Amino acid sequence: MSTRSTPRVLGAALAAAVVVAVLSIKLSTFRDYQIAEIAIEVTAVAGLTVLTGLSGQISLGNGAFMFVGAYTTALLMMHLASWPFIAVLVAAAAVTAAAGAVVGMAAARLHGPYLAGATLLLSVALPALANAYPGTFGGDQGLNVVFTTPGFLGVNFPLTRWQAWVCSAVALVTLVLLANLSRSRVGRNWRAVRDDEVAAALAGVNVARARVLAFVVSATCAGLAGALLAVVTELVAPGAFTITLSIALLTAAVIGGLGTLPGAVWGSLVIVLVPTYATDVATSHGLSTSVASNIPIAAYGVVLIFVMLTFPQGIQGGVRWLLGLVSISPARTRPVASGPDATPPAGQAPASQRGAPLARRTDPPESHEKEETL
Amino acid sequence: MVEFLQFTLSGISFGMIYAAIALSLVLIWRGTRLLNFAQGGMAMFTTYIALEVIRHTGSYWAGFAVALAAGVVLGAVAELAVIRPTLGKPELNAVIITIGLLILLEGLAGIMYGGQFRSFPAAFSVTGLKAGSTPLGISRADVFVAVAVLAAALLLAVGFRYTSAGLRMRAAAFNATVARLSGIRVARVITVGWALAGLLGALAGVLVSPSTFLYPNSMDSVFVLGFTAAVIGGLDSPAGAVVGGLLLGLALSYAGGYLGSQGSDLTALVTLGILVVVLMFRPDGIFAGARVRRV
Repeated sequence: MSTRSTPRVLGAALAAAVVVAVLSIKLSTFRDYQIAEIAIEVTAVAGLTVLTGLSGQISLGNGAFMFVGAYTTALLMMHLASWPFIAVLVAAAAVTAAAGAVVGMAAARLHGPYLAGATLLLSVALPALANAYPGTFGGDQGLNVVFTTPGFLGVNFPLTRWQAWVCSAVALVTLVLLANLSRSRVGRNWRAVRDDEVAAALAGVNVARARVLAFVVSATCAGLAGALLAVVTELVAPGAFTITLSIALLTAAVIGGLGTLPGAVWGSLVIVLVPTYATDVATSHGLSTSVASNIPIAAYGVVLIFVMLTFPQGIQGGVRWLLGLVSISPARTRPVASGPDATPPAGQAPASQRGAPLARRTDPPESHEKEETL
Repeated sequence: MVEFLQFTLSGISFGMIYAAIALSLVLIWRGTRLLNFAQGGMAMFTTYIALEVIRHTGSYWAGFAVALAAGVVLGAVAELAVIRPTLGKPELNAVIITIGLLILLEGLAGIMYGGQFRSFPAAFSVTGLKAGSTPLGISRADVFVAVAVLAAALLLAVGFRYTSAGLRMRAAAFNATVARLSGIRVARVITVGWALAGLLGALAGVLVSPSTFLYPNSMDSVFVLGFTAAVIGGLDSPAGAVVGGLLLGLALSYAGGYLGSQGSDLTALVTLGILVVVLMFRPDGIFAGARVRRV
């Protein structure tokens, strides 16, 4: 099954790449910036949806990993200007992966709200470092990042388009790798751990290692997103890495459809486009600034509540329902074809974070396939 | 020594505010197994209402009472309107809905009152108290903060312990199915829990706003600290919430006092350090009960 689906994933990624390239050439500079923004969001949210949706660990700290990735990038580009950007990207990913391993090890024993609390505080505390050590991190003002288009594209190539391309490329590569990972043994182990830790351990899964690895993968994605954010905004400052960012990432993952990679794309589209669109509407109606700047916030809140009440399985769940693949209500959490998690329903761990698994109905076979291939 | 006393007293005063938020989160957690991210936003909104009432009537206590009443209403309405429909859905959905509610409330506050910082009056004089000639580092208003939260916590404890409504609430939190079988209307109990949580949050909002100013995001950091206090204490334990709040208030007060200006930048790092240490030894908080894991 896994080998069969790889060409399909690659095909989808290539098609997306073509669409992005065409869009970025046709649309305005501002839209280029939005494409880059969405791609950054997708990269981070995809990592989080794998962590929370597949391994069952919640994280409100992925903004902190974006902070690590962004500052690593800024510092490297400042002090080692000769490095090619791809090397900087790899270095940023490696540093964040290490940070993810540390946090993952500390977090491996925590569950539910305790894990949420610890990671939330991480995302508040880490950016404070930048203020505490202004000598290295530039304090409140942050660090400037110089990013230019490569020479072979010619002098007239717009920088925003190049940024949109780079971000989209990284996002697509991340998505392809994650899709493969989630269908591999690693992904099956994560699902097993999520559904029942004890049963997974009895079946020979190293629970602690699986949980830490999920954190490392998720942190690496967030680090890449942070690196991209640094070169798109050309500035890294602690003000960009608030709790709001971390909360928005989790929101996007759940709104889109937790544990599904297309869902990560839907969720990113919602959290980037809804506020912008609402701002456009509000300002074009000539409202005062304090009202116009707050209407998008209120509208965004309403959209979150509305989507969650209408599509309990997120937007991806709604899409699949529209395509007639599944009935909308039951929580599908468990893959069918993998060995380790063939648990009797009586063995539910009470502390796990998934939805009502016992209320599951039998789905048509197509939906299993969808679930498996993400 | 005088310094130590000052830091301790002001730590207790702030700690009680965190304890109030923590307590409101614990109330909701025990009833619905849900983390209410909108708790701070609800408190911010009721404090704006209080400010309006104070401006129109000129009476602090009228505003105070209206804020608490608004908290009760907001808590109950939130539960009935958006939380109850998520019953039986994936748990994170309700969490995202509370986040949506928080964002909605912050947006509404911005639309109605603008984003500027507003000062909020304190209940009593804010001039420092003295014991003989030594300044104590706290004011009558600070004493009122501690006393008010303590009184609310004690009232709750007594209510839970000695009234039949309290017994029903404890039963519903202990085992919803069994409680339902013995005739308790669990859904109503949960609504009451949200209303009480709304009241505690409103109390915290009114009490903290004289020192933080009031703006749409003003309760964010208070919420984070209250949440941390609840996690430190253990989300199932009301006593843990109070202890966690006090612990956090004291630690932050000492850090801010002894580490100087560095300390205020490092508030969040100190908080994280405390949380990590506590969770390392007690992964479910200090007051966690025995951990049950069915195999």
